[in-house]
Order: sequence, then C-alpha cells, then structure tokens
Amino acid sequence: MRRVAIVGVGQTRFGELWDTSFRQMIIEAGTRALEDAGISGEEIDAIYVGNMSAGQFIQQEHIASLIADYSGLAPVPCTRVEAACASGGLALREAMIAVASGIHDVVVAAGIEKMTDVITEAGQEALATVSDQEWEAFMGATFPSLFALMARRHMYEFGTTEEQMALVAVKNHHNACLNAYAQHHVELTVERVLQSPVVSSPLKMLECASITDGAACLVLVPLEEARKYTDTPVEIAGSGQASDTIALADRESLVSLKATREAAKRAYRMARIEPKQVDLAEVHDSTTISEIIAVEDLGFCEKGEGGKITEEGITAIDGSLPINPGGGLEGRGHPIGATGIAQAVEIVLQLRGEAGKRQVKKAEVGLTHNVGGSGGTAVVHIFRRR
Amino acid sequence: MHVPRFWREIPNRYTLIGTKCGHCEKIFFPPRAICPNCRRVGHLEPFKLSGRGRVYSFTTVYAGPRDFKDQIPYVLAIIELEEGPRVMAQITDCNGEEVKIGDEVEMVFRKIKEEGEEGIIYYGFKARLVRKKEASDPSGKG
Repeated sequence: MRRVAIVGVGQTRFGELWDTSFRQMIIEAGTRALEDAGISGEEIDAIYVGNMSAGQFIQQEHIASLIADYSGLAPVPCTRVEAACASGGLALREAMIAVASGIHDVVVAAGIEKMTDVITEAGQEALATVSDQEWEAFMGATFPSLFALMARRHMYEFGTTEEQMALVAVKNHHNACLNAYAQHHVELTVERVLQSPVVSSPLKMLECASITDGAACLVLVPLEEARKYTDTPVEIAGSGQASDTIALADRESLVSLKATREAAKRAYRMARIEPKQVDLAEVHDSTTISEIIAVEDLGFCEKGEGGKITEEGITAIDGSLPINPGGGLEGRGHPIGATGIAQAVEIVLQLRGEAGKRQVKKAEVGLTHNVGGSGGTAVVHIFRRR
Repeated sequence: MHVPRFWREIPNRYTLIGTKCGHCEKIFFPPRAICPNCRRVGHLEPFKLSGRGRVYSFTTVYAGPRDFKDQIPYVLAIIELEEGPRVMAQITDCNGEEVKIGDEVEMVFRKIKEEGEEGIIYYGFKARLVRKKEASDPSGKG
C-alpha cells in the first residue's frame, strides 16, 4: 500500500449562496485546489465526490457525470459517495484508498451540497431522511431532535449543563469569525445562545448547524511524489471508518457513538499514534452536544467530561487541544456533503502554518471526525505534516 | 409514504410485533430478519411486546416537518420496553414539562399523521405516561 499526501486544497465561501449554482460551486472549489497544487486538469486520474442529497435539494441525480462534464474533465472517472453528513469524509477515504492501491496517482476528493434552492421546511425534511425513515422520521423525528435525545441523556448521566453546551457554540462562532470562508461571522455569548428559540429541547437554534451551500476540494497524490507539487505536503497518516445502527433507539448507548470509537481506533492504529499525540482536531459539531460527545469518544478526555474541558478552555484555539479552529459545522456552516472535505482543508492549512489569525501554535498532527446521521456512520482521518 | 410501504408494516405499527431470536433469545423491535448477534445460526420468530416500558430520553420538538405542523410542540422519546428493546415514539396526552427520565409508560394506538385531506391516515403507537392514582380518590373515578 502506498502512503498518500494532500498537495492542494480549495473551497468556496460557505453560506447562503443564492447567486451561485451547484455546478459553479464545484468548479470554484476545484479550480482553487488545482491552482494550490500547481496541477492542470489533464493530470487528474479520478474524482470522488461526497454529496448527500442533490436529488432532494436540487432535483438532480447523476451529479458525478455533471461534475466531470462541467469541470471539462470528462472522460476522467467521477464517483459519487453518500453517507449522509459523512459523505465528504467518506469521499476522502475512497480517494485515499484509490491512490494507496496504486490504481490512480492524482485524485481529487470533493464535497458539495447546495441546500438553499428549497424552502426551509423541505430542507429540514431532506435532513430528516438521514434517520430511519420508517421508525424515526415516521414518528416525527427531526435531525436536531435525535441529538436532543442524546443531550438529555448526557445531562442525566453526567450532569452536563446547558451552559457547557452553549459554550461550544460560543467558541466555534468565535473561531469562525477568524475564517473568511465561514458562513457565520458573529460573536455569541452564553446568554444569547440560551435565549435563542428552542428547536428541540434542550437544544436551541444557535446550538445547531444551519442550512448552508458550499463546496470543497482536495488533491491527493502518492506521498513519495508529493514534493514535486509542494514544499508543504500533508500526509494522510490514518483513516478509519465504521458503521452502527441507523436508528438511535437501537444503539447500546445514547451518550457515546460506537461508530466514532471504532473509526477512531482504526485510524489511530493505522497512524500508530495515541489520542494524546493529536495537536488539533476538526470534529463533527452538528450540534453542541455532538462536539462534547465527540471529544470523549475520540479519547481526548474521560467519558462525561466533554462539557468540563470546554468550560476550562482546553478546546479553544489557544488551549492545549484546539477543537474546530476553523469554526466547526456551527460556525463555518454545514453544507452536508462538503463538510468532511472542508474539515480536511482546515487541518491542511493549519499543518502548513497558513491559517492566519486562527493558526494553532503547535500543529504537527491533526484529526478530522465526520459523522453520518445520528451516528450510523463515522469517518476519522489523521494528518501529519511532512 | 406510499400505501404498500405503510401497509406491510401494519402488524408492527398496530400491534407492536417484533422478533425474538431463538438462539440468543434477544428481542428486537422493529423486527429484523437477521439477528446481529448470531447471524446465520440465529432464528428469528415474531414476538408480541407487552407495550409497557420507561422513558429513556425525551425532547420537546418545536420545529418539525410539515406533516407534523399541527401537533407542534410534541414530545418525542426513546422508550425502553420491559422486554429490552428501545423504540422511538411520541409521548401523547402530556406536555414536555411533566416528563422525566425513568417515568413509566404504556404504548397506545394513535393517529400518527395524515397526508392532507385526501391522502391516507397513518396510525401507529405512541407512549402514554402511567399516572399514579391520586391518594384522595382511590377509586380512580373522579
């Protein structure tokens, strides 16, 4: 198996991009990634694109063909990958496997979602299809309600407070203010988060990632050839993926995602590192409780202490383990299929030392954590500066 | 949801019939065709659940899908049934403030939603809090 590196990154601004179409977005992100890697289109061997639901959001399937076509890259093979909100992370993993196997040399891992071409209710209903349609959505489950059920149980078992959860939103929105590509440039306070409308108790509006348009791309090559393209290659040192029950009720626990724990175990093993060797991470904060559960499941603290380490400032940019320095899903925005790729874009910029005002001081080893649905899929990647 | 998709789940939705594995004895709801513990050596048969259980977690939904708009706010919960499986269900006839984790519930037959004026009506189970009878009214009539 060949080792794989990222030599180019690019993304669009995340937000409500009313004047930009799906196909314009992917071209913009792709062009930036290719320019960053200093390569031309002819050098690309394959494309993997994470996208959850172009069918529901823009009534367009077969987007793999559309993307190869409108990028001017046909006949380059393009493959769409879907695992709800983990679609981007999974596209990255498939791209990595393609390069590692020796089948392809230069591969683009992309992610995209265009969510604002439908009305808000239709968007929320599309999101609810990541749950079990017949036994969860049928009963009235919404995307935030699944995480609300986890939050209530986490509060019950560990005494996690609404203030601690609100602090996650405050931190991630602060970080997003330092990221020009982020959707939300607004500083929050705990009071403001707690006073925002309740979406699904105990979660409030400002604790849930919003509806977002956006695209992001990465260029992957074999590590041994990476220096031909850049002086600052970033190795994908570990990759892990795991599945769990689609329905929340069928899980062993509501306060831990087994898919995250299993995916992390595989990624740590491949990278030959322990959680304490990670310098920074972009984790899947689809809601505030999601980040609290993630930092516990990834081994960054004991189970039940995710709220406490947030309160202590450990997860802030200047803390000992910065979490979501790019703003996370809450601050940067969450264009479903693009999120897993955007997380990797942020880690690459951080490891190269190009993250500007949000640059983390010691950034040698970074991690991304991408979750599908309420935890039916998890993908974890570990990156190392080379 | 189209009629056949709903129709074929009627035994489960109306009468809480799940499956039990004859090999490991674990009970599943909704029903499964393969036991995830025993896989090929497992043997799944229909199993009727009692409908008694406890609240494992709950939330009050204030922003819901269009089909549920007239029910907002509604209480959605994970119920741990006494036979072991957990199910997602709304808690009916209550407001969110009176629910606590651990509360006793019984599953009852209810309308879940309808597809407008002319579409089909979906029925299924919801959970109802088992309220202790008032000390001052032991007959429970009052």
